[in-house]
Amino acid sequence: MNLLDKFLILDRRWVFLLMALAIIIPLLLNITLPFTPDKAVEAIYNELETLEPGTRVLVSCDYDPGSKPELQPFAVALFYYLFTHELSPVITCLWPGAPPLVESALLEVTAMLALDGRAAPLNHIDYVNLGYKQGAQFVMLSMGSDMRGTFPLDYTGTPIDEIPVMDGIENLNSFDLFVEISAGSAGTKEWVQTVQGRYDLRLAAACTAVMAPDCIPYLQANQLFGLAGGMKGSADFEKLVYDGTDYIGQATIGMNAQSFGHLVIIIFIILGNIAFFATREKR
Amino acid sequence: MKKEIPLLITFLLGTWMILEFFFHNIPHVDQITEILTNGGMVIAAFTYILGVMNILQVNANRIKHHQDRPYKWTLLVGFVLMILLGFTWGIDVDSPFQWMYNTFYVPLQATMFSLLAFYIASAAFRAFRARSVEATLLLVAAVLVMLGRVPIGEEWIWSRLPDISNWIMDYPNMAGKRAILIGAALGAISTGLRVIIGMERSYLGGE
Amino acid sequence: MKHVLRVSGILLLPVLLQAANGNPPGPFFDYLRLNVFLAVIVMAALLIYFFQRIKKNPESIFVRRIPGIDAIEEAVGRATEMGRPVLYVPGIEDITEIQTIASMLILGKVAETVARYKTTILVPCRIPFVMTVAEEMVRQAFYNVGMPEDHRPENISFISDEQFAYTAGVNGIMLREKPAANIMLGRFFAESLILSETGFQSGAIQVAGTAEVTQLPFFIAACDYTLIGEELFAASAYLSRDAKLLSNLKATDYYKVLIVGIIVVGSILATFGYDWLPRMLTIH
Repeated sequence: MNLLDKFLILDRRWVFLLMALAIIIPLLLNITLPFTPDKAVEAIYNELETLEPGTRVLVSCDYDPGSKPELQPFAVALFYYLFTHELSPVITCLWPGAPPLVESALLEVTAMLALDGRAAPLNHIDYVNLGYKQGAQFVMLSMGSDMRGTFPLDYTGTPIDEIPVMDGIENLNSFDLFVEISAGSAGTKEWVQTVQGRYDLRLAAACTAVMAPDCIPYLQANQLFGLAGGMKGSADFEKLVYDGTDYIGQATIGMNAQSFGHLVIIIFIILGNIAFFATREKR
Repeated sequence: MKKEIPLLITFLLGTWMILEFFFHNIPHVDQITEILTNGGMVIAAFTYILGVMNILQVNANRIKHHQDRPYKWTLLVGFVLMILLGFTWGIDVDSPFQWMYNTFYVPLQATMFSLLAFYIASAAFRAFRARSVEATLLLVAAVLVMLGRVPIGEEWIWSRLPDISNWIMDYPNMAGKRAILIGAALGAISTGLRVIIGMERSYLGGE
Repeated sequence: MKHVLRVSGILLLPVLLQAANGNPPGPFFDYLRLNVFLAVIVMAALLIYFFQRIKKNPESIFVRRIPGIDAIEEAVGRATEMGRPVLYVPGIEDITEIQTIASMLILGKVAETVARYKTTILVPCRIPFVMTVAEEMVRQAFYNVGMPEDHRPENISFISDEQFAYTAGVNGIMLREKPAANIMLGRFFAESLILSETGFQSGAIQVAGTAEVTQLPFFIAACDYTLIGEELFAASAYLSRDAKLLSNLKATDYYKVLIVGIIVVGSILATFGYDWLPRMLTIH
């Protein structure tokens, strides 16, 4: 058995080791390669730019810690943008693991605003986290008809009627804009299929990379006006939001690891094919 | 009657939810739909009680029979601990529940998800072979998309790679995807209608 | 044709009554959704038409072989020979998802085969609702083949409603219980590759199926057989060999031909600048 034969039955732990190195080393080196934001991400940013101060934006955080590296940077950049432009996020979650992530994103943004010399956003006045609700599509439909009945209390247990930022919010149509951050189901697909058309919502989505191809048809059909797919989408959004500041977002840093990760996969595919063809005669 | 009543309930509720999409502002229609959706949420929430009972029952039984004891104990202790922490000190940002969430739960979940990077590399290495013209096209497209999606492709190889990657995703990929989606959607509609109109009744115990 | 007219008549009656009463469009029937309404009518009419036709002449239906579904029985047989269990993963979605419903219908058929072969089936679930339905399906299947005493309710279990905790739990079952056959049918997301790679490593024969297009490449790379999209929905009818259920497949095929026709005509019209057809088909 020569080297090429051995390579074809390579123990997968070698692949794992090289993959780990390809991810860890770029993260440690802290280099950043330039990239151009995608048009679908620019569309989200441009739409946010049209909003008047004081507008309430519905943000549905439907992800969990597993997809934190891909989606949390988008959430942080979005909240940063909203707070620096005097826009108020109303946050809901359809995944039980999401509310603590929302709280941690809000804390991170509060720290960033403090560094900028800005005041911390006030819970219930500048924003509200309505927390998790079990029921997926049922919750979506219920929000469409009665937002206050669906979420009678917020994440901290405060009754909805005592929350100033919720004044006048009756249902999904009370929001000028809806941004959905999703790692699966219930997520983008369900929001589009269940309520986007039904209530004619201005909906944009940030989703994991593996979900992005599923969402492209909705983007092409204008059921989504913008789409940020995976870590690249989050990095694109960070680039647009943090332009002119000193911040470099987590997704932007992660893009280098992703670059080298892709490179390792490509190298393995190419070498695997070379070995396959070189040993084909023998087989 | 054991079969007829469930069939009737399925038919009435299924037809209601379909027609509700088309008819609006009829007295009581919206309210009844709301009651049904709320009912769905309540039933879904109650099934978690069954889930919790199942976890306790199955794992306690395994412990009793000396099967996979370390795993089962870990599960049960973690389960009870998180409930106790949440009920005793709440779930605020600085609560012990949140600390457990950030210290154990977040890294464990992230670890599971990150396994994908390793498994994808090993599966691609094993399965991606240019055995035919079609497989070669697939391989070339995959390489272009992978490079076009990361800065290294745009910066070090060719600045037009993201455009090529987007074109592949938006057109050839989307054409194939739509074909599968249309078939799958029709299959889904047909399965749904089959259950609603009572053609498919195997879930009620055979024919 | 008479079936189309009959169904159309029943469904269109409220709309016509509304028009006859001189009510303005909108508050009662949503005219903007007329296109979807007509699509539902055509689909329902086709289903009923083929159901009636095949009821009269059950021999007239031809369904192509689906190797993935045929492999399920082979996989159960292999598990029996090896004295190991069959693992059935019903996806990670709730029972409101049609793929989960399709998976539950297939589970009933698979469990019947398992019961006949006197082997064990393990069904770990992510959603408690799905667990209760799965338990009922398996119980009923064992009852249907006359072996209710062989049913073990503890083999249908709830693991966790957290995606990756569930994935870790199922991986644990694959590695500890070493099932000879892994059947993964339903709606899957990022866990598809983690599950199928672990199953591949454990040496099990694997049959997977989903309508999630983004997960199909992972299953194809790591499983022995994969049901693609509509094959998942066809599986329960295919396994039952029931002519009435198979008539559904015929109806969806004709509907697909209709859709392809509309796509072709729409593309030609749009190419020449006529966009009325795409506008007519827009869903509001």
